[in-house]
Amino acid sequence: MDYFDRFAIPHPSPAIYASMVAIGLTVVAIIFGLTYFKKWGYLWREWLTTVDHKRIGIMYLISALIMLFRGGVDAIMMRAQTAVPDNKLLDAQHYNEVFTTHGVVMIIFMAMPFIYALMNVVVPLQIGARDVAFPRLNALSFWLFFMGAMLFNISFVIGGSPDAGWTSYFPLAGNDFSQSVGTNYYMLSIQIAGIGTLISGINFTTTIFKMRAPGMTLMKMPMFTWTALITNAIVLFAFPVLTIALLLGTMDRLFGTNFFTMTNGGMDMLWANLFWVWGHPEVYILILPAFGIYSEVISTFSRRNLYGYKSMVGSIVIISFFSFLVWTHHFFTMGQGPLTNSIFSITTMAIAIPTGIKIFNWLLTMRKGSIKFTVPMLYSVGFIPIFTIGGVTGVMLGMASADYQYHNTMFLVAHFHYTIIPGVVFAMIAGLTYWWPKMFGFMLNERIGKWAFWFIAIGFNVTFFPMFFTGLDGQARRMYTYSEATGFGPLNMLSFAGAIVLMIGFALIVYNVYYSTRYASRNISADPWNARTLEWATHSPVPSYNFAITPQVNSIEALWDHKKKGQPLFSGPIEKIHMPNNSGVPFIMSCIFFVWGFSFVFSMWIPAIITTIGIFVCMAHRSFEKDDGYYISVKEIEDTEKECEVQSR
Amino acid sequence: MKTKLAFYSLVISIFAVLAGCEPVMVLDPKGPQAETTANVIWISIATMAFVVVVVFGMMAYIVFKYRASRQSPDYEPPHIEGNHLVESIIVGIPVLIIIFLSIVTVKSTYEVEATPKGYEDQKPLIVYASSSDWKWHFSYPEENIETVNYLYIPTDRPIEFRLYSYGPITSFWIPQLGGQKYAMSDMVTKLHLAATVPGEYMGRNANFSGKGFAENIFEVKAMPESEFDKWVEDVKSTAAPLSEEKFKELLEPGHLGQMTFSGTHLKFLPPPEGEHGGHNH
Repeated sequence: MDYFDRFAIPHPSPAIYASMVAIGLTVVAIIFGLTYFKKWGYLWREWLTTVDHKRIGIMYLISALIMLFRGGVDAIMMRAQTAVPDNKLLDAQHYNEVFTTHGVVMIIFMAMPFIYALMNVVVPLQIGARDVAFPRLNALSFWLFFMGAMLFNISFVIGGSPDAGWTSYFPLAGNDFSQSVGTNYYMLSIQIAGIGTLISGINFTTTIFKMRAPGMTLMKMPMFTWTALITNAIVLFAFPVLTIALLLGTMDRLFGTNFFTMTNGGMDMLWANLFWVWGHPEVYILILPAFGIYSEVISTFSRRNLYGYKSMVGSIVIISFFSFLVWTHHFFTMGQGPLTNSIFSITTMAIAIPTGIKIFNWLLTMRKGSIKFTVPMLYSVGFIPIFTIGGVTGVMLGMASADYQYHNTMFLVAHFHYTIIPGVVFAMIAGLTYWWPKMFGFMLNERIGKWAFWFIAIGFNVTFFPMFFTGLDGQARRMYTYSEATGFGPLNMLSFAGAIVLMIGFALIVYNVYYSTRYASRNISADPWNARTLEWATHSPVPSYNFAITPQVNSIEALWDHKKKGQPLFSGPIEKIHMPNNSGVPFIMSCIFFVWGFSFVFSMWIPAIITTIGIFVCMAHRSFEKDDGYYISVKEIEDTEKECEVQSR
Repeated sequence: MKTKLAFYSLVISIFAVLAGCEPVMVLDPKGPQAETTANVIWISIATMAFVVVVVFGMMAYIVFKYRASRQSPDYEPPHIEGNHLVESIIVGIPVLIIIFLSIVTVKSTYEVEATPKGYEDQKPLIVYASSSDWKWHFSYPEENIETVNYLYIPTDRPIEFRLYSYGPITSFWIPQLGGQKYAMSDMVTKLHLAATVPGEYMGRNANFSGKGFAENIFEVKAMPESEFDKWVEDVKSTAAPLSEEKFKELLEPGHLGQMTFSGTHLKFLPPPEGEHGGHNH
C-alpha cells in the first residue's frame, strides 16, 4: 500500500472530499450524457479534432471561464479566512495552497486562455484571413494548455496542491521545505501549458506577418491585431525563459540537481531573476491585448476613429521593449544596492509614459464622439479611472526607497489587482460581450450585462481599495491570519463583503449567458454594433471559411470606409477555397503529455519513458503524413452565403 | 457615471478619516530612514493625486458632454487623426513628472541604503539578524549576547543589521523604523536603521516562508543608550550560555517565544559572509 500513499491528500478536509465526490459525479454525468444523447461522434468530429480558429477560440473561452470560477472560489476562501482576526476556517497549509493556486490559475489558466480565446476568434477575421498560419499547431496549443490546466487542477484531489506561492521562490519551493508533490505539479503543468503558449506565439506572429488581406499594410492593421502581434512577440522572447526556469526547478526537485538550493553552490536568487524575467513581460502579455480590445470598443461606441493611431502603435512597441527591462523591481529588497535599484526604478516609472499616452488617446477618442453606453463600453469607461489608480500606485511602487515599505504587503496586492482586474478581466468581459454575436450569432442581454457591470465595478473597489490602507499599516500579504491587536479586522471584513458583491456580479454574467442563449433573437445582422473593422464584414456566426471572397483593404478602418465612403471591400468572383483537414493527433498527443506530466509529478519512470516515446511517435507521424487539406466548392460557398443572408434577415 | 464618482469620493473620504484618526504604521515613522520613506510616499501620493484628478476630471467631462443621448440623432462625429501639439503635451507632462519622481527616488534610495543622515560619525551597533523557520535570532557580536524573537536597540545610534537565513528567503521589516530587506541563506545583506523615539515597535518577516509565516513576528524595543547598556549587562550576568547543540535545537521548525542567551552562535556557525559566503568558488 505504501506505493499508493503518495497519491493521498496530505491535508484532507471535508471540502476536499466533497470536491472529490463532485468531480467524480460530474465525470460520470458527462460520460452518461454523451452516451445517452449519442454525442461522442459529434464531440470528436466537431470539437476534439477541429483546427478551425473560431472553434478553438470558443474552447479556450469555455476553459477560461471555468478556470475563472475555480480561481474565484479560491479568492472567496481567502477573503473569508482573513475577514476576521484569528479565524480558524482554513489552517495555514490549506490557506497557502489556496493562494498559490489562486495566483497560478488566474494568471496561467484564466487570463492566458482568455486572451488567446479572443485572439483566436478575432485576429484572423480582422486581417481577412481564412485561418491562422498553422491551424493544426493551433489545435496543439489549445490542447496542451488544456491538459496543463487539468493536470494542475487534479493536484488538490491527488497528492496535494503547490504551496509556495505563485512565484514559487526557492528554497521554499525546494524539496526541503515543500515536501508534497504540489510543486512538482506547478513545474510540470505550467511547463506543458507554456509550451502551448510558445507555439501560439510563433503561430500568431506568423499569421499576422504573412496572412493579412491584400492592401493591409502593418500601419493599416486594426489596433487589436497590433496588440496581438506585439503580445505574441513578447511571448516569443519571454516564454523560453520560463521553460528553462521550470526545467531547472524540475531537475532540482526530481533529480537532485543544485541550481536553486541552499547548499552546494545553488543560488536561490537565480530563480527569482529567471522567474521575473519571464514574469514581468507576462504582465504585458496580459495587458496589451486588453488595450487592443479597449481601442476597438471605445472607437466603435464613440463612433469615431481611434485618436492618435500612430502614437498608440508606438506606445505598445515601447511598452513591449521596456517590459524586459524592469524585472528587478519585483525584488528591490534583495540587496542589489542603490545603483541597480535606481536604474530599475527609472525604467519602471518610464513605462507610465507610453501607458499614459494610451489613456489620453482613449479619452481624446471619446471627445467629439457620440458615446453609447453599451455593456462593452461600460467596462471600457470603467476601466479608465480604475486602471489609473492601478497605474499611479504602480509608479509609487516603482520608487525603490518607498517600495522597501510597500514590498510584500497588501498595498502591492491592491495595486496589482487594480491593474489586472480592470486591465484583463474587464477587457475580457468587454471583448466577450462585444464579439459574442460574431462567435455565436446572438447578442448577450444588455440589461443583465449592465447589472453585472455595476456589481463587479463596485464589488471590486470595495474589495481592493481597503488593502492599500492595511498594506501601509503593516499587513503583509499571504498571512493566513492576524491577531485582533493589529487592527486589520474591519478593513478585511469590508474586503470580504466586496468579494461577495464581486461574486454576485460574475454569477450574473453566467446567468446572462444562460438567459441570452435561451431567449435572445437569432436574427442579427453581420454588424450589430455598427463597428469599423473587418471581422464585422462577414456573417454572424462566421462560416467556416470566414470570407467568401478575400477582402481588399485600403484604410485602417476598412469596413467603416466601406460603409461610409463606399470603398469596395469584396470584389471578384467566388472561387473554391482551400481548407485544412481536421486532425485527432493534437488531442491525442496532448493526452499523452498529460500522462507524461503526471508520471513526472510522481516520479513514475516507466510510464514517463513510454509517454516520452509516445510524444515522439506523434511528431514522427505528422512528419510522414501526407495531408493536403481539402477544397470547398464554389457551389457550396454560394449555398452557405445564401443561407447566412436568409438567417440574418 | 455620477453614482460611480459619488461612490469614489465617499470611499476616499471614509478612508481619509480613518487614516487621520490613527496614522498607518508606514506613515508614522520613529526613525530617520522611515521618515525619509514616509516623505517620499507623501510626495508620490501628492503627485499622483494630481494625475488622478486630471484624468478623472477629463473623463467625467468628456463622458458627460459627448454621450449620445445629449446629441441630435444626425450628429456625425468627425474624423481626427491626431494633433502634434496635443500629443506633445500628453507625452511632455508625464515625462516631467517621471523626471521629478526619478530624482526623488534616486536621492532617497541612496539615503536609506546608507548610514542614516546625521549619524555618520557614530559607531554603529552591529546586529546579526538571522531567520529560521519561523523565528528570528538576533546576535550582538560586540556585546556577546543573543536573543530570539525580540530585539532591544538603543535610540539615537545607527544600527547596522546583517541579515541572513537558515531556510527560505525571509524579509526583515520594522515598518516604523524603515523599509525591509531580504535575508537569504547564501549571502549576508545589510540594512541600516536608527530609532529616534523610545518605544515598542512591530517587526516581522514580510516574505512568505511557509506554514508558520503569519506568526513570524518579533518585538522591537528602542530605549535610551544607558538603559540598553544596563540590559546588556543584565543579560550577560543572568542568561544561560548558548551552546551549539542548543542552537541546533532552536533551528528546528516551530515557534519559540522570546529567549535570551549569553554568547552568540556566530562563533560556531559563521554567517554566510566573506569566506563563508555561498558563492566563493
